[in-house]
Amino acid sequence: MAGTALRRRLTWQVGTVGKVITETATAKTIELDVPDWAGHRAGQHLDVRLTAEDGYSAERSYSIASAPGEPVAITVQRLEDGEVSPYLTDELRPGDELELRGPVGGYFVWDGEPEPMLLLAGGSGVVPLRSMLRHRSQTRSATPARLLYSAKSLPDVIYRAELDGYGDAGAEVSYTLTKRQPPGWTGHVGRVDQALLDQLAWPAERRPIAFVCGPTSFVEAVAQGLVMLGYPPSRVKTERFGGK
Amino acid sequence: MPVLDGNVLGGLLHEVFGTEMTTAVGTCASCGSSREVAEFVVYLGGPGVVARCRDCTALLMVITKRRTMNCVDLTGLSALS
Repeated sequence: MAGTALRRRLTWQVGTVGKVITETATAKTIELDVPDWAGHRAGQHLDVRLTAEDGYSAERSYSIASAPGEPVAITVQRLEDGEVSPYLTDELRPGDELELRGPVGGYFVWDGEPEPMLLLAGGSGVVPLRSMLRHRSQTRSATPARLLYSAKSLPDVIYRAELDGYGDAGAEVSYTLTKRQPPGWTGHVGRVDQALLDQLAWPAERRPIAFVCGPTSFVEAVAQGLVMLGYPPSRVKTERFGGK
Repeated sequence: MPVLDGNVLGGLLHEVFGTEMTTAVGTCASCGSSREVAEFVVYLGGPGVVARCRDCTALLMVITKRRTMNCVDLTGLSALS
């Protein structure tokens, strides 16, 4: 599949919005019907282009939320001062058309390799990692998997019911809540620090692969922490989406 | 200005080079470090796309759009393969 995807010229095409799913107060999943879709790998992204009537256009990259073989879907976190995301989360309706280019990327992808995977999400950085976990579940992969998801509060957690369900398939999912915790919360609290990484990261001897996606500060802190635990930098795949 | 990484250039570079480029390895002409394009430090906010070296911050790539044409400056790279 990768071979054919490589040789295929990547061009802008038009997708039609299918279902729109409200995930949290500020995040929505948008399913897209793209007639000429080449098929994607878990972790890839696509570019969206919005063009105003006066010709001004803005492009953004969004991680693909669905598993390989499923219809394309993206999950968009609404940014208060965003140029593109408020349109996608607030204005877009089923049947609308959206200009996009993809699938894109070969670095932050998981194709079912057997080494233990450590997934670290900051906020909506969970989106490509959800594609990987879905892929793992659908292919009944035996790859050991752990997800640590850092969110402000429990209502900010995207895909919570689905992620919790992956426990049955042998994936370990845990959350750390940085701003607010519900009464009786027994999960982790605060930002991901070295102590938490020590506790949750697969030992480096098992040759794990780590995928870290989130705001720049989250990614830098986590990636450095993993390297301190003996992970070779080449086994720590990162995707930053800016922000603080 | 948001700081992103080379992953975000996948679509644009595919358009320019006709192939997946984020796993290509680029060598910085300033400090000699070699990294996958996905690991470059990328700034999208200027009047063009700028990629810098993660190790020494030297300028590696500048891509600007003129009408439908992409102008690609790779002089900061001593190798890209």
